[in-house]
This record gives sequence, C-alpha cells and structure tokens, in this order.
Amino acid sequence: MTLLHAHHITKQFGGLTAVNDVSLTIDAGSIVSVIGPNGAGKTTFFNVLTGIYKPTKGTITFDGKEIAGLRPDQITTLGICRTFQNIRLFGTMTVLENVLVGMHARLRASLWPTIFNTPAVRAEERTARDRARELLNFVHLDDKRSQLARNLPYGDQRRLEIARALATSPRLILLDEPTAGMNPQETAEATRLISRLRDDLGLTVVLIEHDMRVVMTISERITVLDYGTKIAEGLPDEIRANPRVIEAYLGKGAAVHGVEQVEG
Amino acid sequence: MTADNRQTGQFASLWAQLRATAGRGPAPYVLTLAYATIVSALLLLNPTTGLGTDMVVVLFLLLMFVIYRAPTMLAFKLTLGTILLGVIMPVFGVLNPFYIDVVTKAGMFASLALGLNVVVGFAGLLDLGYVAFFAVGAYLWGIFSTPQISNIVPGMGPLNGSWFWLFLAIGLAVGALFGVLLGLPVLRLRGDYLAIVTLGLGEVIRVLATNLDRPVNITNGAQGIKDVGRPPLFVEPLFKALGLNISVIQEYQLYFYFLVLLILALTVLVVYRLNNSRIGRAWTAIREDETAAIAMGVPLVRMKLLAFAVGASFAGTMGVIFSALQTFINPPTFDLLRSIGILSMVILGGMGSIPGTMLGAVIVTLLDLQLLPRIASELSILQRRGVPIPSWFDPAQYQRLLFGLLLVIMMIFRPEGLLPEDRRRQELHQDDLPAPAAEQEQPAPAAEAKPEPGS
Repeated sequence: MTLLHAHHITKQFGGLTAVNDVSLTIDAGSIVSVIGPNGAGKTTFFNVLTGIYKPTKGTITFDGKEIAGLRPDQITTLGICRTFQNIRLFGTMTVLENVLVGMHARLRASLWPTIFNTPAVRAEERTARDRARELLNFVHLDDKRSQLARNLPYGDQRRLEIARALATSPRLILLDEPTAGMNPQETAEATRLISRLRDDLGLTVVLIEHDMRVVMTISERITVLDYGTKIAEGLPDEIRANPRVIEAYLGKGAAVHGVEQVEG
Repeated sequence: MTADNRQTGQFASLWAQLRATAGRGPAPYVLTLAYATIVSALLLLNPTTGLGTDMVVVLFLLLMFVIYRAPTMLAFKLTLGTILLGVIMPVFGVLNPFYIDVVTKAGMFASLALGLNVVVGFAGLLDLGYVAFFAVGAYLWGIFSTPQISNIVPGMGPLNGSWFWLFLAIGLAVGALFGVLLGLPVLRLRGDYLAIVTLGLGEVIRVLATNLDRPVNITNGAQGIKDVGRPPLFVEPLFKALGLNISVIQEYQLYFYFLVLLILALTVLVVYRLNNSRIGRAWTAIREDETAAIAMGVPLVRMKLLAFAVGASFAGTMGVIFSALQTFINPPTFDLLRSIGILSMVILGGMGSIPGTMLGAVIVTLLDLQLLPRIASELSILQRRGVPIPSWFDPAQYQRLLFGLLLVIMMIFRPEGLLPEDRRRQELHQDDLPAPAAEQEQPAPAAEAKPEPGS
C-alpha cells in the first residue's frame, strides 16, 4: 500500500533548481533511503515533503490526501515528522519537555481550561507525561529526562530528536542523516534503533544517510539524487552495482573499476 | 592570584556552610520569622519618611523574596506572606501614607512586567511597544468615565464608578484585541526587525492619543484627561468598623493597594499555569527554534498571536486601574521610555522567570520612585551644608545615570538576570522533582526504566 507519493517535484530558488522533477513512492511499513553526494538536494527534498518549502511544481499525496502547500504544522498533524541534519532541539528545555512539545498537536488543552487548570487538563498532562516517558524509555533516555537538552552528549541528542519526532504520533518519519558524526559503535546502535522504529512501532521510515554500511544494511529501497535529479532507484544490490551511482559518488574512473570503494 | 582564589574558595565554603545550617530543620522558620518581626517592628514603630525608612521598605520587599526562597512549608510561606502584605503593609500605609503608593506602583509594574515577560521571556518576541496596551486600557476607562464620552457618543454621560469592575474585564479583552492587531503585522519578523516595528507601533498609539482631539475630541490631545472616575468605596463601612478614622485619600490608597495585590496574584497564577502547560511549552519552543517548533506541529501564527494577546491583556487591565488610581492621564505617560523601563525590569530580573520578573519590577520601581530621588535629595542637603560637592553638580540630574550604570553592571556580571528561569534549577535538582504520575499510578513503564540515580 502506498503511503506517500511525491509526483514530479521541482523546487527552484530563483534561478537555481535544487530539486528537479523527482518522483518517489513510499510503501507503508518500508524503510527507504535517499542518498546522493553533498548538495544533491536531499535535504531540500525533505523540506518540501514536510512543508518547510512549497514545491515550485509537483504534487505530494500522503495517505490519499494532497499535502503540497500545507503548513509544516498541518503536515505534522497529518502524520509526517522529521529530525534535522544539524540537530535542532529546544536547548533550554528539559529532555522531557522537548518530547512534550512534540505532542503539541495531539493535546487539546486550550487557553481557558489551562488558566482554570481543569481536571481534564490535569489528566491530559499526566497522560502526556507518562507517554513522553515511555518514548524516552524507547530511546533509553528516561534517566536523563530532567536534564537540559543542550547539555546532552551528541548521541543522546540524536536519540532525543527521534523521541521528540515520535511524540507527534507519526506514521511516516523522515530522518535526516541520523548517524552523522557518530563513531562505529554509536552508528550500530542508531541503526538498531531505526529498525526498531519500523519493527516495534510499525512506522514507515525514510532516511537521508551518507554511511553506506547503514544504508545497505537497513534500507529496502534506495533512491539516489545527484544535482537535484533522481539518477537511480531500486534495491540495495541494484544500487550498489549501478554505474551512474558510482560515477556520481566517485567520478567516471571509479565506475570502471567496480563497486567496493563505494562502501568505504 | 592563587591567594585570591584560596580566599574566594574559603568564602564560598563558609557561605555554603552557612546556607546549609540556615536551611536545616527549624532554622529557616526561625530565621524568616525573626527577619519578618524585626522589619515589621521597624516599619510600625517608626513610620517616618526618610532614607532609613526607605531602606526598611526595601528590606520588607526583599523579605517577600526570602520567604519565596526559604526551604519551608508552602502553608508557612503563604501565611507569612499574607500577614505581611495583607496586614503589616496596610497598617504601615495608614501610619505613613507615602510608601503604600510606591508599593502599589511596584505591584502594578510587576503585573505589567509579567505580561511583557509572556511575550519577551516565554515566546522570545522582543516587544518595544508594550506600553501601548497599557495606554489603551487607561484611555478606555479614562474616556468612558469622564465627559469625553459625550464627544464620541452624543447624549451619553460619563459612566458611574461602579462600571469600573466591568471595565477591568473589558480592559482585558480590549488589551488582548490590540495585542492581536499589533501582533498581526509583525508575525513574519524576528529579532531586531520585530523590535523596531513594535517600537513604531507603540509610538503610533501614543501619537494617536496626542492627536485624536480633532476632528472629534476623543482623547483630549496633549492636555490629557482629568478627573477620571474612581470605583465606589464599598469598603468604607469596613474601615469604620475597624475603628480607622482616615481620609478618603488614604481609603483609596488602601483600596487600590489591595486591588493591585489581588490582580497581581491572579496574574502570577495565570502566567504560572500557562508557562507549565502545552501553551507555555509551545512558546518556549518558538523562542528556542521556530523551524523546529513548526516541524513538531506547533502552529506558529496562532501561538505568537496568543502570546501577544495574553501579554497585552494584563497591560489593558492594569491601564484601567492606573487611570482610576491617578485620575489623570496624558500621552507622555505612555512614551517609549516607559516601554523600555518595563523591559528593563524583565531583563534585570531574569527573562522568562516569574519570580525574577517580579523582583526586577520591584527593584526598578523602588529605585525609580524612591531610592534614586532620595539619594539625590540627600546629596543636595549635604551640598547645601557645605560638603565639598561642586555646585555645578545637581544630584537630581544624575539619577538616570546611576540607574543606567546599575543596568550596565548587572548585564556584565549577571547577564541571565537576578533570578533566572526555573529550568536551570530544575536540572540541578532532578531528584527533588515531584514523582511523575507514572510511578504512582502505573508502575509498569517506570519499571522498564533504568534505575534513578539515588533511588
């Protein structure tokens, strides 16, 4: 079943075409990677999917609804959420509060009930905190829930971003370079966590990733962008052997010699 | 250098020891009570006007802060605070009518500063035109309670003082409405740009107040509105029953003192609840990172407008009270300096912090109305007595300089404000937090968690 369908997406900034006529279909319950050299337009593509940019051309259907042109918060409410390449936590809020912000759209408490602190508001707040702690447990951060987000070590910040995204109760989660800057052990842990998002929580996962070991291990399908254009799409083994992909990454010469280098 | 460090270290450990001793067992209760008794006695036994009493009044207001921070039971804090503010201060006010006015103003500015703190401290939207909402509230009651109203609605006379109570609520609503109206054009702006535009909009309101005397005389222009209506003194029989024989002026002083105290208490409650809610978290998220906030499902526009509206509503209500208290309002009262003054209270106290903002408001108001003029007049007296202060030096002219210097020193040595936001303390006292509901009601998720340090 198709969960998200991006149809001929183009995004131009003035004269620069960052994403050029890219189509992508994502099946519910799959893990899909978007890869490509630096500047290929991967993050811009994510920003278009999540509503931070409006596409210049093209349509996006999520779960049967047209979402291109909606505001980011509306798209999040429909069930798409994301993490950021350069971590964007709310630094002076605690770990728990960061997750609670993610629940914003799922909570009801409005101005007057909050001011009068009605039983309904109190009950909702209690449930929200319980749920937030479950999510923190899921990413192994519950014991740090009262720390300020900005004081967490790097790996913890990455996991907190995932917990915060999960708090929006998404069906599709977009991870922008979830293992960037991690050592091999942290990367292995992060990879396990990404698999659990699908296996334990039943989410659909799209990730942008540079670490080819991660990409090849967990993705079911891979889409390759270069200079804003989709140059390949397919199973990991097909992508590994695709000469255009190797050329994009390593230049023309490498494409002749084979594929081993791509993985390094 | 090393000797210095060692000395500082010794002082620090001595200080820590002192704090530990003072915070253990019955010590905080005894010490707070002793402090309260001494200060109250000083106030009540010697109600003269002078530098000495100024200092005692400052100590009295600092006492509120000590009670707030003392490690005692909440019931004790509330009782002591109520007795001090509800009995001691009014009695002192009866004995010496001069100071209660200053304390009322301090309460009024504390409420204003709390409102601005919602916009600047919580949501991070730098607003330099905040006093506009205060002006709107003041002019609202000023126009409706004086013959000005007949210029706008022919045949309608000034409203009777009993309407004042309703106008507290109307002031709230109109303040909120203006908050949204002035918020709309600045939604897309951030930081410096936002500050400049709000500054402009604030000035627009002041200029309107100055010039809306033609073609229809709405605000009476630069002359201002005088004889603004006051609420009826329904508490008069109570004063008589208490055996108080005081003038109407003093009765009104007490009346407004209690009114401001009540509104301030409500403001604190509302702001506190909002800050610790879904709405407050959304505001802080916007302050921290707008893009991340909207990506997490926080509707930016609605939440920013809500911040403007909530902040402005407090100013609207306080404006209504202000005009009734002063019985005279004119445009210069609501100039840019006033906005900046309120902002400096927020920054001095600690942006985003509720007790900090109130402390900042009290300190700035006292400095402004009481201490700096007093220092200046004491210096003039010395000057006249022949103390070698050059005659070209007019201390009264240097009040603002001293205030400015204080601000500069504060920002260099304690940029986060006197009492920074709670979250920083929360982080240091994770184990002191009330146990989350999860552990009390359903132990299942907590059991999966890693064990808490120290539990």
